[in-house]
Amino acid sequence: MRVTIDTDVCIGAGQCVLTAPKVFTQDDDGFSELLAGCADGVDDPMLREAARACPVRAITLHEEG
Amino acid sequence: MAQSAPFPQDRTCPYHPPTGYRPLNARAPLNRVTLYDDSQAWLVTGHAEAQALLTDPRLSADRQNPAFPLTAPRFELSRHVQTALLGVDDPLHNKQRRMLIPTFGVKRVAAMRPRIQRVVDELLDAVVAQGPPVELISAFALPVPSIVISELLGVPYADHDFFEGASRRLLRSDTPEEAEAGRRELMDYLGQLVDRKRKTADAGAAPSANPLASEGLREAREPRHGSPQVLREARDVQRDAPEGHRGTDEAPLDTPEGLLDELIRDRLADGSLDRDELVRVALILLVAGHETTANMISLGMFTLLEHPDQLAALRAEPELTRDAVEELLRFLSIADGLLRVATEDIEVAGQTIRADEGVVLAASTINRDTAVYADADDLDVRRSARHHLAFGFGIHQCLGQNLARLELDIAFRTLLARIPDLRLAVPADAIRMKPGDTIQGLMELPVTWGPR
Repeated sequence: MRVTIDTDVCIGAGQCVLTAPKVFTQDDDGFSELLAGCADGVDDPMLREAARACPVRAITLHEEG
Repeated sequence: MAQSAPFPQDRTCPYHPPTGYRPLNARAPLNRVTLYDDSQAWLVTGHAEAQALLTDPRLSADRQNPAFPLTAPRFELSRHVQTALLGVDDPLHNKQRRMLIPTFGVKRVAAMRPRIQRVVDELLDAVVAQGPPVELISAFALPVPSIVISELLGVPYADHDFFEGASRRLLRSDTPEEAEAGRRELMDYLGQLVDRKRKTADAGAAPSANPLASEGLREAREPRHGSPQVLREARDVQRDAPEGHRGTDEAPLDTPEGLLDELIRDRLADGSLDRDELVRVALILLVAGHETTANMISLGMFTLLEHPDQLAALRAEPELTRDAVEELLRFLSIADGLLRVATEDIEVAGQTIRADEGVVLAASTINRDTAVYADADDLDVRRSARHHLAFGFGIHQCLGQNLARLELDIAFRTLLARIPDLRLAVPADAIRMKPGDTIQGLMELPVTWGPR
């Protein structure tokens, strides 16, 4: 699954990092970003939970294919 | 026509939602309620509906909107002034929030762990040295977040009796006049602090032992408890100044540098923030930064003591603390009544919220929605209590949530390790609770330990 983050919308709440720490991190300014190696697609059981936890719906999951 | 149920209502048990909200939720996720001034508003108690509404831009947080719902008389005068962050909509909200996000980000907050641990350790040293019984709010639950937010902002903790008292008046006064006086005192105090910091920054002077020159506040300046040495360790930075800027006769500040100094340097200087807006932002951060976490530490500890099986699980497995914090946030929902006003008609759950109608979201009941949480009325520290709305949802979700989680984790973990036989010093039902129209919590928490 490919993941994109709208950093213009992100409020730095950190819910994604809390929920799926193997996929998401925050940059030094506190905005969400994908961990290295996750840009081309990830398969993490907590991914949907993390997207759902985002309070501003800044995370989009793109189904493959 | 029958009067709809009143909002807010007092809790009858400190850790359960008011019993009057439950029948409403059983009927529908949205119900009409009557506020103290006989006006009507929508009360949202369903989790899905709450998440949908809190991400809907047609709901406004603008407290200056004449239709904004008021839940107590104390807010009547504050509607005439702008409340930073939680009381404004985008794009102004976004501007204010984005300049604060770096400070409250996951990494910057995680880096505060050693210092917060030291604050907690020193306060508990004092508690243990004093011996039982101890009133845990004044000795521990309040000073932990109060020291942390003071230091983070660069507000002198020595002034804590003053700013804690003024915050209490702002949040809990019965009359609009008293609440407004509390707000004004905080605004004046923070305005003077900002002015002093600006002058110090302009002059390149180093902080010194001279107190803030305000006679009215002087009496409140002696530390009552806490760890003054922790403050002295703060990151005071001596900066060189151009020669021409030396020789000011202003008394330098006896205060650590903090976020306010950063905002003065980075935002006031380039004009992206003006003084009044900075002071309004500082007020929200200072008040929200200590009052809420203090209530979570004290009510959280009380709730664990009242659930011995859960407490035993936590003592046996301290690594459960992180999940326990999340569950206590859900279970207690101390900020119980998020307020909004509709700017357009909104269809939700078969109802129509009309433009200019008030909307109140009851976090305590939303966080007990059985569609999301099995056995929602049970405290379960092993539960994965994700998706609770204790910090709100949408663009206004708590800015300080990661800091709050860290403070709670360290406070519970360390308190249980240091005083494993902690217990209430009085019967649970003798402990007074805060009324339903403010942040929920206890008025005092007398605890004891050692031989019975």
